[in-house]
Amino acid sequence: MTVDSNSNSNSKPKQNYRDILQETVNKKYRKRLLLNRLVTIFTIVCVIAAVVPLVSILLEVVKNGASAISIEFLTQPPGSMGSGTGGIAPAIQGTIIVVGIASLIAAPIGVLAGIYLSEFAKKGEFVEIVRFFNDVLTGLPSIVIGIVGYTAIVLSIGSFSVLAGSVSLSIIMIPIVVRVTEETLKVVPYSLREAGHSLGISKTKVTLFVILPSAKNGILTGIVIAISRIAGETAPLIMTILGTSLFFTGITGPVDALPLRIWRLASQPYESAHAFGWGSALILILMILALSMGLRFLAQRRSLKAVK
Amino acid sequence: MTALDSKHRRYLSALFVVRNKRHDKLFSGLVVGAAVYTLLMVGLVAFSVAKGSVDIFSYEGVQFFYQSDWNAVEGRESFGAYPYIIGTLLSSAIAMAIGVPISLAIAMFISEIAPPRIGTPLSFITELLAAVPSIIYGLWALFVFRFWVRDLIEMPLYNAFGGYIPFFAKTPFGLDIFTAGIVLAIMIIPIISSICREVMRVVPDSQREAAYSLGATRWETVRMAVFPYVKSGLVGASMLGLGRAVGETILVTMVIGNVIGPSAIPTTLFSQGQTLSSLVANEFNEASSELHLSALIALGAILLALTMGINIAARFLVKKKIKASSGAKSQ
Repeated sequence: MTVDSNSNSNSKPKQNYRDILQETVNKKYRKRLLLNRLVTIFTIVCVIAAVVPLVSILLEVVKNGASAISIEFLTQPPGSMGSGTGGIAPAIQGTIIVVGIASLIAAPIGVLAGIYLSEFAKKGEFVEIVRFFNDVLTGLPSIVIGIVGYTAIVLSIGSFSVLAGSVSLSIIMIPIVVRVTEETLKVVPYSLREAGHSLGISKTKVTLFVILPSAKNGILTGIVIAISRIAGETAPLIMTILGTSLFFTGITGPVDALPLRIWRLASQPYESAHAFGWGSALILILMILALSMGLRFLAQRRSLKAVK
Repeated sequence: MTALDSKHRRYLSALFVVRNKRHDKLFSGLVVGAAVYTLLMVGLVAFSVAKGSVDIFSYEGVQFFYQSDWNAVEGRESFGAYPYIIGTLLSSAIAMAIGVPISLAIAMFISEIAPPRIGTPLSFITELLAAVPSIIYGLWALFVFRFWVRDLIEMPLYNAFGGYIPFFAKTPFGLDIFTAGIVLAIMIIPIISSICREVMRVVPDSQREAAYSLGATRWETVRMAVFPYVKSGLVGASMLGLGRAVGETILVTMVIGNVIGPSAIPTTLFSQGQTLSSLVANEFNEASSELHLSALIALGAILLALTMGINIAARFLVKKKIKASSGAKSQ
């Protein structure tokens, strides 16, 4: 209002008011732009801060690990402590055995339970309980699972064992597989199921031969993610397989594993042990990488075949 | 001719139905069995942890929670979890204080700022980080990162404030609660930021467009239109990260310094400490008596209760958000 009355009497003050207004607006706007720019810079700095550790980890593992690896390192059991001789063959063998058995337990149970949640469950309390308990299992600290493996299996068979380690790792793996299976099956279009049922095919066959194959890649990816997760677990293995410097003796005997070996090597005071630790870390990363690469290769070849 | 045909057909289809029903019964029994197996596993966890910690609770009583002695010598046994509860909470709090803002910033950069040609490889990299086993983080932290922390962060802080703020008044060594907190932060950042990214993706574009059309800058849009819309989801994502930080064992064991008894109660940021999980990992195989073992299992029980509470709350928050948004989409 005042602007108007002023402008009527005199044109100069009007100009002034406008300038002042414009200037305050500009000033405020510039401030907002500055804040916007600062936040953008902050986010970029954070991204860089997160990438630096990854680069550093990979560089250090490759740099320090590559020099430790030799034929002896891959094929021999560890030499005497601090001597820098021998290798980590029992650990590689143990990881493959323990993780393999854990996967054999967890993959079928996880996929079946996922099928139950997605295909067979009727809405009700039981389903909610299964889902909830599955979430609880997902969040369990791995050390607690180690305690369970110890009290439930090690104490009852009286020895640290492959069996205890595998069962413990399978408890970590099952909820991941269940979750992925359920999520993947849910994405399969409902028309596929209807088509199957309208042909009079039983629910079992529709699930096994129609739904499951079309969700195969997703489920496989989930299983591989779960396997790479348990392959790196250390805490539960401390209390279940104990770790030895000997090769596999039987399913009820102790065995070694790569993460466990890395942990023990890192806590020794010898340079040579640390070098072995880096070497084992490189092998572990390569094994996990090979697994996911292998899966991607398989999935791609399959889908190419399907296209042809 | 036709009569015979239809008769045959009916007979055949009846046979088919019976066989199918039998299959269905068998298979649905199998899948229900698998579901029940997961329930049994939860039961097994609860049962073994509870059974294992009975001894120590009947020996120490409630004192176990607020006592700070840790003495396994026979005849003078005395166990208390207090220092390790504090250690766990403090190291996780440091991890959250560092990790959450950075994770939010990364999620914001990937989902709101970066063009897809930068955002997609970046989200791939963060997922790659999430797949690195914690033992390898630990190895790197022990031999590389702790020197960075000591020389680049702790020493400057100590030199600047050590003289008059007791919180910083200890010559840093690199293996302490602060380092453990930072390494935990590095470990949980990929986890939190990838969930935050997922959650921010469910914000409808109309929300952003409305803010932009009012003349908001990008940051104002995120602050006023994106963050409020998914607040509970972001809180939930952070709490899932917290659950991981609280439960993480091997990484913490390698860098926290591992002291026991009253001296494990941190007095400064740079004190050596011990968490619930790291003490279990350190002493479990060397437990000298049934009571000692039971005390360690009881630490696990406290940890279990802590993480379960955090995770249940977190999942509730994340689920609520994603459900609400998918409900809105389908309508």
